[in-house]
Amino acid sequence: MFGFVGPNGAGKSTTMLILSTLMAPTSGSVKVDGFEVTEHPKEVRKRIGYMPDFFGVYDQFKTTEYLHFYGASYGIPKSERDQLIPQLLELVNLSDKRDAYVDTLSRGMKQRLCLARCLVHDPELLILDEPASGLDPRARIEMREILKELKAMGKTIIISSHILPELAEMVDEIGVIEHGQIIAQGKVADIQNRLRVKRILSVRLTGREEEAEAFLRNHPLVTRTMRDDRVVHVHFAGGDEEQADLLRQLLDEGFRLISFSEAQTNLEDIFLEITKGGGGTA
Amino acid sequence: MKNGSAAKGRSSWSSKLVNPVLDKEFRLRMRTPRSMWALFFYVGAMGAAALAFIYLMTEINRHGPSAFNPEESRMMFIFISFAQMGLIAFMAPGLTAGVISGEREKQTLNLLLTTQQSSATIILSKLVSSLAFMILIVLATMPVYSIVFLYGGISPWQLLGLFLFFVFVMFVLGAFGLLFSTLFKRTMLAVIATYGVTLFLFIGTALMFLFLNGVLQELYRNVPSTGAPPYRWIGHLLALNPAAAMYSILEPSLTRQAFFVSGMQGNSRSPMTLWQEFILIYSIVTSLLIGLSIRYLRPRLKRRT
Repeated sequence: MFGFVGPNGAGKSTTMLILSTLMAPTSGSVKVDGFEVTEHPKEVRKRIGYMPDFFGVYDQFKTTEYLHFYGASYGIPKSERDQLIPQLLELVNLSDKRDAYVDTLSRGMKQRLCLARCLVHDPELLILDEPASGLDPRARIEMREILKELKAMGKTIIISSHILPELAEMVDEIGVIEHGQIIAQGKVADIQNRLRVKRILSVRLTGREEEAEAFLRNHPLVTRTMRDDRVVHVHFAGGDEEQADLLRQLLDEGFRLISFSEAQTNLEDIFLEITKGGGGTA
Repeated sequence: MKNGSAAKGRSSWSSKLVNPVLDKEFRLRMRTPRSMWALFFYVGAMGAAALAFIYLMTEINRHGPSAFNPEESRMMFIFISFAQMGLIAFMAPGLTAGVISGEREKQTLNLLLTTQQSSATIILSKLVSSLAFMILIVLATMPVYSIVFLYGGISPWQLLGLFLFFVFVMFVLGAFGLLFSTLFKRTMLAVIATYGVTLFLFIGTALMFLFLNGVLQELYRNVPSTGAPPYRWIGHLLALNPAAAMYSILEPSLTRQAFFVSGMQGNSRSPMTLWQEFILIYSIVTSLLIGLSIRYLRPRLKRRT
């Protein structure tokens, strides 16, 4: 599962449109399962399930008819659809709504129905553009559980979201995009390490706090310090090695430390940090 | 076994004839109350026009022969046919100019375009389904025509020919609506463009004909009769007009009049009748319109090399 992160207007949806054969790339090449999207769009469409960030439904259809229509549009014979559709509705927790008209469904239900629609032709790749947008917390959790289930089923999923904490726990890798360029890509933890411009260290001492703060302030990798009673908070621009060195230097200077710890920063902080100035609204 | 293969053959035939998009269009169209209201008002308008005509004729003839005679019945047939043509001109753009842009506005088009349905299937299904609904509406006005049969003066073949011509006109106007619907993002724009073209076809071509007719009459007045061409080219303008072409089916002498040079000796002649020329020209135009709609439905992915 690949998470696609970036501020609004960075190019997430555009990338997904290109992947889904709905927009021509201005340059470069895009391949899905070895098929160039511009050369073999039909082959690509067979292999992808695309869920746009905003989509409409045919209100006058019942949920099963809706899925039958898309199933038939992908060339799935009726006998197969008759077996498949109840399973799909089960997967997205809509079995009790099988005879309901689509316009009677809630937003979250429509979102799940659209996800079922993506799965109707058993695609290898799911392209989900903000699948949880506009959902209440409960519907979000339901959507997340379904996505986890799909991941367990072995689907490759590209998901974009600006709700980062949700992504962090699900995705294997993230790509950060801004102004149409990938500015960072890799495992969530790696990115966290690589892109962390500042880590915030908390140094708790038994005494000599003022001296310690002065010592830290003069360190070349320290950008800022704050003191809060016996704890000195340090904005530190180094990596793991430099952090270990700093600890040794403090001990060598004879400071008595009770703790030397790194304050947790989350994906959202990093995102804000690396995209600042880019008009990010996440 | 035999039954099974027969059933399979049937289902494959029906699946070829009714593809998923067409099936969806048929179902959804008939599920909206709007379709029922359209049918209701259309048949109501046609019925009212026919009854108003009969009323007027009987009022005029109050002091003359008491019965509604075949010649009047024929006039009524022509009157109803023009009314029908007018209603088609109103209905066809409205029904087709939103078929693609409407899906785009409802944000369902992208989902449809990522399926395995080809652009041609989607476009043709949209056109056929709109056409099918219009045919249903026109068929529903048959009882109005039965009033004409009651009084005589018209053959069933003329009626059939006229009906096929209506279908063709709906096809032409529908193809314009479809193309604009594909090209324009907003349905409103597509509707306006389609009505604009419809207005031009019905009124614009007629006005151009009348204007040029006047100019040419003046020109030929001073030319010796032997020097004038055997027929006037401006007749072709009238062949672009659906109402004139329809009238040439009911009144074949119209073709001769359209190409006729007044004051000329001998017979004016034309290459073909107005309605034949109409069908020939618009078959080509409609094929082009449909081709363009198919071409522009999906973005062009291949880059020019």
